[in-house]
Amino acid sequence: MGALSVAGLGKCFRVYRSALHRLGAWLGLPVRHEDRWVLRDISFSVQPGESVGLVGRNGAGKSTLLKLITGVMAPSCGQVQVSGRVSALLELGMGFHPEFTGRQNVLMQAYLQGMSHEEVAGLMASIAEFAELGDYFDMPVRVYSSGMQVRLAFSVATAVRPDVLIVDEALAVGDAYFQHKCFDRIRRFKEAGTTLLFVSHDPGTVKSLCERAILIEGGRIMRDGVPADVLDLYNAIIVPEVASQAIGDLARAEGGGLRFGDGRLHIREACWRVHGQETVALTAGQPAELHLLVEARESMVDFTIGLLVKDRLGNDIFGTNTFHLAQEPGPLAAGQCQAYVFRFPVLNLGPSHYSLTLALHASSNHLAGNYDWWERAITFQVVPEEGNRSIGVCHMPVQLERTATPERAG
Amino acid sequence: MESKQSELGRVWHYRRFIAGTVLREFKGKFNRSILGALWLLLAPFAMISIYTLVFSHVMNARFSGAAGPYSYSIFICAGLLPWQWFSELLSRNVGLFVDNAGLIKKNNFPRMALPVINFCASGVNFLLAVLVFLVFLLAVGQWPGWPMLLAIPLLLLQSAFASVLGFFLGVLNVFFRDVANAMALILQFWFWFTPIIYHADVLSPRVAGYLALNPLMPVFQGYQGIFLEQAVPDWSALLPLVAFVAVMLPLTFWFYRRVGAEIVDEL
Repeated sequence: MGALSVAGLGKCFRVYRSALHRLGAWLGLPVRHEDRWVLRDISFSVQPGESVGLVGRNGAGKSTLLKLITGVMAPSCGQVQVSGRVSALLELGMGFHPEFTGRQNVLMQAYLQGMSHEEVAGLMASIAEFAELGDYFDMPVRVYSSGMQVRLAFSVATAVRPDVLIVDEALAVGDAYFQHKCFDRIRRFKEAGTTLLFVSHDPGTVKSLCERAILIEGGRIMRDGVPADVLDLYNAIIVPEVASQAIGDLARAEGGGLRFGDGRLHIREACWRVHGQETVALTAGQPAELHLLVEARESMVDFTIGLLVKDRLGNDIFGTNTFHLAQEPGPLAAGQCQAYVFRFPVLNLGPSHYSLTLALHASSNHLAGNYDWWERAITFQVVPEEGNRSIGVCHMPVQLERTATPERAG
Repeated sequence: MESKQSELGRVWHYRRFIAGTVLREFKGKFNRSILGALWLLLAPFAMISIYTLVFSHVMNARFSGAAGPYSYSIFICAGLLPWQWFSELLSRNVGLFVDNAGLIKKNNFPRMALPVINFCASGVNFLLAVLVFLVFLLAVGQWPGWPMLLAIPLLLLQSAFASVLGFFLGVLNVFFRDVANAMALILQFWFWFTPIIYHADVLSPRVAGYLALNPLMPVFQGYQGIFLEQAVPDWSALLPLVAFVAVMLPLTFWFYRRVGAEIVDEL
């Protein structure tokens, strides 16, 4: 049980200019409409117990695909075949009613999944325990944080091991502790034979949870294969665009003040490169290079290049500059463009999202003369190292050794 | 994904969900109120009191030949309570898909459970109002006795009508949101087009002729006859409505099958 297959699946939204046009079409008038294909020619099959990650940018059609597979939406063409009990976590909240308590909502959600009263009663304790809501379990959902709602939703959806588990990004909201708890449960389900279909923007999660990944782009399957390959492709062609959008969003969120300085020196370009290829997704424990292109608008004898990595919350994670490295980036002639590379033989950042701030200034500190200070010049992501996962912002090499045991310990 | 189980079977399988939703609706309404469910009884109580006070005492309205000072308020309540049910059920069904968009977009469940929920939830409202009405009848010594069971087939017929018509309009409303707005207006006209507040006898023959086009009229005259005179309804006059439901039912299913797949896309 738990096999899933999709053949020639397509979804087309018929778009009319207005309701009036639709009415005309229904009445047989020759009204033009636009057929918007959001999914086309989607065929793949998933073996029982296999776990597949769906990746792709926003609007690529991932969520629509899940809706077709769960039967919430009807396909325009093609077939979906699912065997066994399906449990799906589509979007956030699952439609909890804000005025009712967690317990009451669990009951309704379980009924909605076709469970009987006795079944739910038997599971209620374990659902409450897993969600770890404490007293909140008997308080109205409107007082819950979004993280708490996700905890509850996940807890209900996975109260009974389904044959097929479909998760749509919902877990991104939870805190790290709960995410790990969820992944732990998902892993146990996997071992017990549950088929997993998982949508995520987070390459790290897909890599660690799935043995196969499908990249969807423009409503079609672009690549179907082992996660490493598929994610490489995803990183190479899709992430740069997403990241630049994310930076734009951040810039907007920050509301200006993002970049300042007198402009005598100017950072023309800044990017991470791995194996010569530009990327915004780095791998923990692997080499990485930071490439900069600096333009001198005046001749400059002595200056400093500084870099600062910050985490999602803006905490300083790592920073250094050419002064501390005892390096001389100058001199530069007026109008000269100079490329620089900061080589990290081993990137000891843990899997997470980071931003990189760059600065060009006069001496060891930026107070004397500030040429170009670029806050969050790059936002990037670090994905876990294959076979050497770690948590936290710091990825340290560590080894375990069996040593001679002291006598008294025996 | 489409299971081989019949739609009815699937609805039955989801009976817990249906019961839970209905119950939750009532709980939700009075969640943070002090009087709670008492409000459900106070509303019909207030309505019956107002009509009794205004028509029986202030305006002193009475039917010629009808016995008792309360005949007019009995007449009104006998029509008004079922009308409120009809109106609530119809408008809820018109909003069937649009109002439940969140549920429909996130869960795979038999959609036929929704009209059942509407029927039950509005039905409970009606039953509570009827309870108050019966207490009133008992209090004023106008207890109708067994003949009031004759109202049951009438109630079933009007609910079938409201469900089928409402479901059809509910599907239509997904694509043309004007439908719900229009129905709210039409229901007001329809109310005055039905002899509920007034007696059909007071109309001029020309107007009465138009009124005869209203398929709901014999249903309401049936209620009024039962509660006022313990009269057996004129079953044959109901035939047009029965025929309408019988034609509308397959038509609605055909329509739903045709555009049903597009409903989620439009929500």
